[in-house]
Amino acid sequence: MKPAAFAYAKARSLDHAIELLGTREGARVLAGGQSLIAALNMRLDAPPLLVDINGVSGLDRIERPDGQVEIGALVRHAQALGSQVVARDAPLIARALPHIAHPAIRNRGTVGGSIAYADPAAELPACLLALAGEVDITGPAGRRTVKADDFFLGLFETALGPGEILTAIRVPAATPQMRCGFAELARRHGDYALVGLAACARADGAGLRDSRFVFFGVGATPVRARKAEAVLDARGFDGLDEAVAALADDLHPEDDIHASGKAKRHLAGVLLRRVVREMQDPWA
Amino acid sequence: MNITEDVPPALTALDRPNSYIGRSVPRPNLARLTQGRGQFVSDVVLPRMAHVAFVRSPHAHARIKAIRTEAAKNAPGIVAVVTGRELAEIITPWVGVLTHLKGIKSAPQYPLAVERACWQGEAVCAVVARTRALAEDAAELVEVDYEELPAVTDPETALDPGTPVIHPELGDNLTFERKLDVGEVDKAFAEADAVVETTFRFGRHTGVCLEPRAIVADWNPGEQRLTVYQATQAPHMMQNLFAKHLSLAEHQVRVVTKDVGGSFGIKVHTYADEMATVALSKLLRRPIKFVADRLESFVTDIHARDHRVHAKIAVKGDGTITAFAIDDLTGIGPYSVYPRTSGIEANQVVNLVGAPYACPNYRAQARVVFQNKNVMCQYRAVGHPIAVAVTEALVELAAAKIGMDPLEIRRRNLIPDDAYPATSAAGLKFELLSHHASLAHLDAMMDYSGLRAEQKRLRERGIYRGIGFASFVEVTNPSAAFYGVGGAKISSQDGATLRLDAQGAVICHTGVTEQGQGTEAVMAQVVATAVGVPIERVKVVTGDTDNTPYGGGTWASRAAGIGGEAAWQAGKALRANILAVAGSILQAAPKALDIRNGVVVDADSGRERIGLDEVARIAYFRPDTLPPGFQAELMATRHYVPRTWPFAFTNGIQASYVEVDPETGFVKLLRHWCVEDCGTVINPQLVDEQVRGGIVQGLGGALFEHCVYDSRGQLLNGNMADYLVPMAAEMPDIEVAHVVSPTADSELGAKGAGEAGTAGAPGAVINAVNDALRPLGATPITETPITPECVLRALGKV
Repeated sequence: MKPAAFAYAKARSLDHAIELLGTREGARVLAGGQSLIAALNMRLDAPPLLVDINGVSGLDRIERPDGQVEIGALVRHAQALGSQVVARDAPLIARALPHIAHPAIRNRGTVGGSIAYADPAAELPACLLALAGEVDITGPAGRRTVKADDFFLGLFETALGPGEILTAIRVPAATPQMRCGFAELARRHGDYALVGLAACARADGAGLRDSRFVFFGVGATPVRARKAEAVLDARGFDGLDEAVAALADDLHPEDDIHASGKAKRHLAGVLLRRVVREMQDPWA
Repeated sequence: MNITEDVPPALTALDRPNSYIGRSVPRPNLARLTQGRGQFVSDVVLPRMAHVAFVRSPHAHARIKAIRTEAAKNAPGIVAVVTGRELAEIITPWVGVLTHLKGIKSAPQYPLAVERACWQGEAVCAVVARTRALAEDAAELVEVDYEELPAVTDPETALDPGTPVIHPELGDNLTFERKLDVGEVDKAFAEADAVVETTFRFGRHTGVCLEPRAIVADWNPGEQRLTVYQATQAPHMMQNLFAKHLSLAEHQVRVVTKDVGGSFGIKVHTYADEMATVALSKLLRRPIKFVADRLESFVTDIHARDHRVHAKIAVKGDGTITAFAIDDLTGIGPYSVYPRTSGIEANQVVNLVGAPYACPNYRAQARVVFQNKNVMCQYRAVGHPIAVAVTEALVELAAAKIGMDPLEIRRRNLIPDDAYPATSAAGLKFELLSHHASLAHLDAMMDYSGLRAEQKRLRERGIYRGIGFASFVEVTNPSAAFYGVGGAKISSQDGATLRLDAQGAVICHTGVTEQGQGTEAVMAQVVATAVGVPIERVKVVTGDTDNTPYGGGTWASRAAGIGGEAAWQAGKALRANILAVAGSILQAAPKALDIRNGVVVDADSGRERIGLDEVARIAYFRPDTLPPGFQAELMATRHYVPRTWPFAFTNGIQASYVEVDPETGFVKLLRHWCVEDCGTVINPQLVDEQVRGGIVQGLGGALFEHCVYDSRGQLLNGNMADYLVPMAAEMPDIEVAHVVSPTADSELGAKGAGEAGTAGAPGAVINAVNDALRPLGATPITETPITPECVLRALGKV
């Protein structure tokens, strides 16, 4: 388990990082390295150049622009977990963070790295999608912003183009009407989820509106359960059984080493019930 | 027999004035290991040392048509690229059979595959370079042409006429078969009031050591000597095997084993890549290092379990168990592992099913078959977890069927504590066990009736908790009956050599080895007690075939019981020798003297007479002052092997308390208890942690660990993300207590304790899960690991 030889360059600034990425085809960004280095050691990946962005200033801030929470790409999971802003204004992310791996990994792993890597069983991509967040990207052609809905394209595939760096994510700050829910089932604490659910909706009287239920660990990307969402938006909590049944159309999980696709769909239904009940009565 | 408290009572034969027996003495190697000053094989760096990486077969079964090594040989830093055919010139192949396992057969195994690769992960080419990284780079340049052959992966069909025979010269895929028929089994089933019949499936898993397998081999052509630094449990066994297969005399081979980061039976076998490393050193005339990485560990470290057992039990209405019958089938990979064979686990299953119970009727069949998967062999608690789970699940299913409490059915059937010596239906000879005392202690310790009441209360609220038990018998302190009689050069005896140094401290060389379990502490306690010195004045040396007494090493829970007794006897001998010197100095009868706390005293009054430092000074530097004709002998060696009993059987009982979520199928381990009887407890803390560690590995097998293969023989989860080792967050609190029935075979009276935890835990968990699910009408679960999916299936939800 020794990586193939690679070149290493430490970027002094974002512009420098972009410049370095352009010097070698297949160059990769090194942030926390918690997935990348393991892949290198197992020789699943052999990039010619790693561009280390850990020295780039300004990417490790958690900020609170108007109505939004912005988390810099280099913010460590542990830093986000300890952030009052995240706890107060991005409670869904705060709920998800303790499920990410273990303290040693959370100390190094970054929010931006997790989003950019886009593991379909990871927590943060699902949260970003559930919150209808967006990501900031800087590349050779300048800056752009991509909505979460348009970011996750396929298995470990995102809207990030060659030479581009994800610099921050933004999610709407929580409001009194916002309800969020999170649950995941992992065989051991800290493992990637067997099935997980990140959910966000607007409370409207006794019902939910604009709900976004995002399952992870059930497909190539985080998956919105659009039919179940529609049922819940239309019928409220009375439609729970129907929403669970609708998951049969929304989710098509495949068998993996930990569970069959059938079992995963069953578990998705269990999580949907639990999360909806929690959103119905967040103080229960 | 008595129950130990935190500090066990003084023990008669061992009741020396400054006894360390029964005290939780901190291990002497703690500071070294916690300060990172351990010496593991990967720390060994020798001049001109090169590193080997192996090209491994991606196929479960394939003919090797050609190996092209030119590109690799031209890679940077390359020392050599060596194929199986070339290495076969240096080292002879081996066959993993023993004569006392009648009919066992296997094929010659080479360090690198020569004509065929027989499992995914088998090494086919060795690449030696200046660094491991360069070796791995070059290994990617080796081109192997394979012709894929049909893979035999399902043990159920391994013996079918249509299944290819992996080694045609053997005639079939049957490695070993054993049948046993004792008493009147058919009659017992015919006359039973209730019969439970079911099929158990135990998932293949492995032992995951903190330190992977590691070896540095250093052939010195000038000396014609091979020095091997190896993470092993059995240095002398390996010395014999290296010598034998390199055609050397044993004295030409030195095996040095310094610190070892866990073994659990993984490091007591002959591994092809380690034999290749040794042969490469001889071929290349320089030190070669091989440290298995985690990926290759998963496809080469021995796997274990993987048994399918059809089993049934017959009971009377009053709970009397009248018969057990089993049919065990296990697939062990393409070779029986050398030299202990891969027949032992199935053999143990046959030996141990029903062993705690006074049931005279027992029929068993075990078949061991070849398959194209990684090799299987002895891992912690060999066969026990399977035999115990089968027996104990049958007992609790039968109890449920006749409406009897699971502890009550055991009370009615466990061999009575006053019935010893006793012989089991399978023929195991028990010197003294304490099933009933253990059960009674467990009952009180866990507040069984209180838990049952809690379980009932919670069920009304839709919370499903279960309580499960597992009584067990554990094989420890094996005599020559285990391997020696079968022709393996695996010593069942062990030795200890003690020397009084020139300042009155004691140096102990022992044949048993330290794997991180605390052997050094136990030996120091025994020696300090026997000689009569403070434990700080004992230095224990292990793991060096040039210097330590010949012995078997550490396996089958033998280090404390056998190595400890040798050290005890050597300690007594050294004390007598020291007192002879002191007597001649003091003009006193040696019998009237004793050694306490490092000082020679009058035995009766305890009055201090002369320090050991002074005895040593006179003996070593002023022997001229001793009486003419008197020669001080301040070094003593003793050996020990159990002779009265072929094995020191131990016993115990475990209980598991779980909560099952019937919606998700997740099992939460709430608490776990174990009462076990390993005879004299030398170091309560080390024994308790042995039991706890063993339980955790048992829980791993019960709920998490599984080497998942597909039908083509590909391991699907050979990495630490996908192979689930048990981790702290999922582990319950584990309470441990002891009943003490010393073996009379030794003065120390210690039996083994290393495997009790692993033996009983899976059975207890299976029973607890089934107990939790019973009110929901679930089909009983009889497979491990018990995954969420498995529970959902039992509930009919998927």
